[in-house]
Amino acid sequence: MEFAELIKTPRVDGVVLHRPFMPVVEGTLCLTGHHLILSSRQDNTEELWLLHGNIDAIEKRFVGSSGSIIVKCKDLRTIQLDIPGMEECLNIASSIEALSTLDSVSLKYPFFYRPLFEVIEDGWNSFLPEEAFKDLESMTDEWRLSEVNKDFSVCPSYPALVTVPKDIDDDTLRKVSTFRHGGRFPVLSYYHKKNGMVMMRSSQPLTGTNGRRCKEDEKLINATLRAGKRGYIIDTRTITVAQQAKARGGGFELESNYPQWRRIHKAIERHSLLQESLIKLAEACNDQSHSMDRWLSKLEASSWQSHVKEILTTACLAAQCIDREGASVLVHGTEGTDSTLLVTSLAQIILDPSSRTIRGFQALVEREWLQAGHPFQQRCAQSAHSNGKLRGEAPVFLLFLDCVWQILRQFPCSFQFGEAFLLLLFEHAYASQFGTFMGNCAADRAKLKLPQKTVSLWSWVNRAEELERFTNPLYEPNGLVIWPSVAPQSLLLWEGVFLRWNRSSKWLDEAYDEMVHIIEYNKELQNKVNSLRRQLAQLETEDGPLQTP
Amino acid sequence: MEHIITPKVEHVKLLDRYATKKSATGTIYLTATHLIYVETSNNTRQETWILHHHISSLEKLPLTTSGCPLVIRCKTFHQLHLLLPRERECQDVYQSLLRLSQPVKLDELYAFLYNPKQNEEERREGWTTVDLATDFRRMGLPNDHWETTELNKDYKMCSTYPLMLAVPKGASQATILGSAKFRSRGRLPALSYFHKDSKATICRCSQPLSGFSARCLEDEQMLEAIRQANPNSPFMYVVDTRPKLNAMANRAAGKGYENEDNYSNIRFNFQGIENIHVMRNSLQKLLEVCAMKSPSMSDYLTGLENSGWLRHIKAVLDAGVFLAKAVSDEKASVLVHCSDGWDRTAQVCSVAGILLDPYYRTIKGFMVLIEKEWISMGHKFTQRCGHLDGDPKEVSPVFTQFIECVWQLTEQFPCVFEFNERFLINIHDNIYGCQYGNFIGNCEKERREIRLQERTFSLWPFLLEQEKQYRNPLYKRKTGTLRPNTLPLHFKFWCGMYNHYEKGMHPKQSVLDQLLSYTQKKADGEKKYVGSTEAISGC
Repeated sequence: MEFAELIKTPRVDGVVLHRPFMPVVEGTLCLTGHHLILSSRQDNTEELWLLHGNIDAIEKRFVGSSGSIIVKCKDLRTIQLDIPGMEECLNIASSIEALSTLDSVSLKYPFFYRPLFEVIEDGWNSFLPEEAFKDLESMTDEWRLSEVNKDFSVCPSYPALVTVPKDIDDDTLRKVSTFRHGGRFPVLSYYHKKNGMVMMRSSQPLTGTNGRRCKEDEKLINATLRAGKRGYIIDTRTITVAQQAKARGGGFELESNYPQWRRIHKAIERHSLLQESLIKLAEACNDQSHSMDRWLSKLEASSWQSHVKEILTTACLAAQCIDREGASVLVHGTEGTDSTLLVTSLAQIILDPSSRTIRGFQALVEREWLQAGHPFQQRCAQSAHSNGKLRGEAPVFLLFLDCVWQILRQFPCSFQFGEAFLLLLFEHAYASQFGTFMGNCAADRAKLKLPQKTVSLWSWVNRAEELERFTNPLYEPNGLVIWPSVAPQSLLLWEGVFLRWNRSSKWLDEAYDEMVHIIEYNKELQNKVNSLRRQLAQLETEDGPLQTP
Repeated sequence: MEHIITPKVEHVKLLDRYATKKSATGTIYLTATHLIYVETSNNTRQETWILHHHISSLEKLPLTTSGCPLVIRCKTFHQLHLLLPRERECQDVYQSLLRLSQPVKLDELYAFLYNPKQNEEERREGWTTVDLATDFRRMGLPNDHWETTELNKDYKMCSTYPLMLAVPKGASQATILGSAKFRSRGRLPALSYFHKDSKATICRCSQPLSGFSARCLEDEQMLEAIRQANPNSPFMYVVDTRPKLNAMANRAAGKGYENEDNYSNIRFNFQGIENIHVMRNSLQKLLEVCAMKSPSMSDYLTGLENSGWLRHIKAVLDAGVFLAKAVSDEKASVLVHCSDGWDRTAQVCSVAGILLDPYYRTIKGFMVLIEKEWISMGHKFTQRCGHLDGDPKEVSPVFTQFIECVWQLTEQFPCVFEFNERFLINIHDNIYGCQYGNFIGNCEKERREIRLQERTFSLWPFLLEQEKQYRNPLYKRKTGTLRPNTLPLHFKFWCGMYNHYEKGMHPKQSVLDQLLSYTQKKADGEKKYVGSTEAISGC
């Protein structure tokens, strides 16, 4: 077993654990292949059970003969372990470093994890494209499910099944795929039942500097338009960035070739800049200085909130085109795997009430992120403490969750799930015992045989006892389109993620519990009253004949 | 009424800040007390009432093709952008409002006209809703160490203090009078809060007239008496809430701060809260940020930083936390002052009160706290709120900052306050509205002279009547001293206050409303439950 080689010292006694806003604990530290465990010896309970995969970076400090390891986690928590003995400390540190940066996917924890719960519904089968297509079919017959990518050869980052206009055959799709970055030809993302308008997504067209065109591409996207109707192409990049992309073979749809489409450019930054932003924000949040000016200027300099605003603005624009203008929309950026998905998924949160249910939100994540080929493994390899050379890490999914949280905060009664569910997805995207967020695309997942070899996060979540924790007690189904405000005053820093470890949660937890209590009590009371009334009605009807002489 | 030139103007547009297309058309009416805008366009007859006293500034913008623009800014942070059809009418309305929004005499204030249909008995009763003698008893006064004194009879010792003052028993009459002479405007050290558990106290005063070297034996004795009144600590803190530089500059004018060498066993420190002028400018800048048309996130955050507003809020809260910690953790008494002891001192003492005593976090207790630290101790409401046409340099949002500090605390401690955000905002609006007499006048003496209690009504009974809507549904009793986290990142911009009227910026569904309706349902449900149970047992 390879792990044993990496663990030089599997166990150290007398280790002191420091965690923010929690009492200091002394205990025995154990290293296993996938976990760092600390148990205080008094009652043999685990005080800490940390997945190596959750460790983002470590620092060592030495004072005299003992050392400390500062562990920075991907969920932005920082803990400190004081370890007696220089050698032990060095051994532990190097083991953690090695175990938390294992390159081989097959050594990751999900392949070793065995569930301690009964799998009632296998999450790997919960959100199959065939099922989603059935729903679509019940609303419209203008679309078909194509198997053109069944061996992932037409577009390596697409799933085996994609939804495309009915009149477009597979040969056309193959031709279009050569005209789009990474083969990501336009596919259906969302069908707006209310007016039959659609949202499509793709990657940039490969027009290059000499304005190459592709008749099939034009035909494909025009096939989504109703007669005499115009559509909108939302390019998530600024016109300057889109222009520059031409030199590298990319580009954008020229008006002359796509006369029925109006192109709008927005300014969502590239993923590398988003990563930088997260690093700066996390750094600002950990600044313990008491200067307000410094905090605000660091917050501003991180640009995180600007990204949130820009992304939400673009999603609102897409939703507006569909719902208010009654027009269909095609969304893309460069690769079509990051900013594009942010826009298409958030637009659905705004437009589609079913995506605000727990199940519907899972389906959205599954459809618009996992199957749509957002490279989770690459993007979430490291979080805010990544230093040195980046290898495609970026908090794109975290930004999505942040934006959902912003909408949730503005419409606290319109979501079936609460903040805890968003936090759960954030944590599991970065480190998990489940296989759901492994790999970069459907092809990866098939190759790794994830459905056979790992447990799906959804298998665990979709059980009554867990669902209850994630349910929003204030939820009242709201069938309307919900328009969030994107004014800077309306967008807050997501405390649940960024201030989570910088404050005691005691008071806020108490408030949440109280809220749940009030609502539960009311429900119970209502039930009691209703049952009493039924009883009374029964008594009255029974007594009725007796009272009449 | 003689100031109203044109009482009614039709076809006035009310511009929407975001969507110019969505502007409403309606009629404005000028009454003796209000400007009323009645929307006539969408058959809705939506009405907007603006109290003249709430108007802080009027601006006539250059004539445009669509009309004559008039911008009205309010002390409640409401901003109206009207478009009047004719220049002449605009000028008339402008002239009238200018005069109506800046009364010259106290008699012109709304409170002296306002008649809520209460009889004399009820009026008198209303003024006794909040009684400071009761609060002294609640705190545990008189006791072995503290008593109330009548030395300020006829406001002779200190004209801006109330008649009823609490002082240490160990201080002789000569000490008290001597100390008063050595303090700016005679504002001697007097009790603000007695902490039952620790016996430590918070006392407040104004700066000493120490100049570069002056001493006053009685003042030194006074501080010593305060220190000795607390058996649990060998020392006491003297907190100057000003920045050190400001305090030093005051020495040249014969004022200044305590020299640690002259007072036995004091620990002196500065808290660095800026003066009223800095605060006024800061709010001005903050409001400019709030009024930006469609700012980028960066514009907004930079503007927020440059306004310095949250920095000042943090400074006030930090000072309050210092006081609360000294009293409850170190069991040491504190004497607080700034320059005159009626602005920063009032802020810091009242914040400390909130942190230390759960009573002040109740609806009634909060009224008592405002009455005690602000109204009674001579916060100059008339001047600070600009009730009358006067020196604009005397206007400052000192009270607003206190209200915001409380709001920041409610965000950190959602279950310990009996009241909700609306209560705070309503009090704030009433401070400026002058509909009730509570916040008219600069000190108790002035209020007695104008016979305020006979001529106006008290706000408190009216708020208590509507208590239901001001309740915090999450409120749970029993919590001791609050220990807020004052790292900068825990402070938020208070959109509900400064952008109160920009409904589009607020959450579209209100958790508060939802929970309040549950509270209502709960009451109804319980009644029905009891009713049904009785009916069944009767069967």
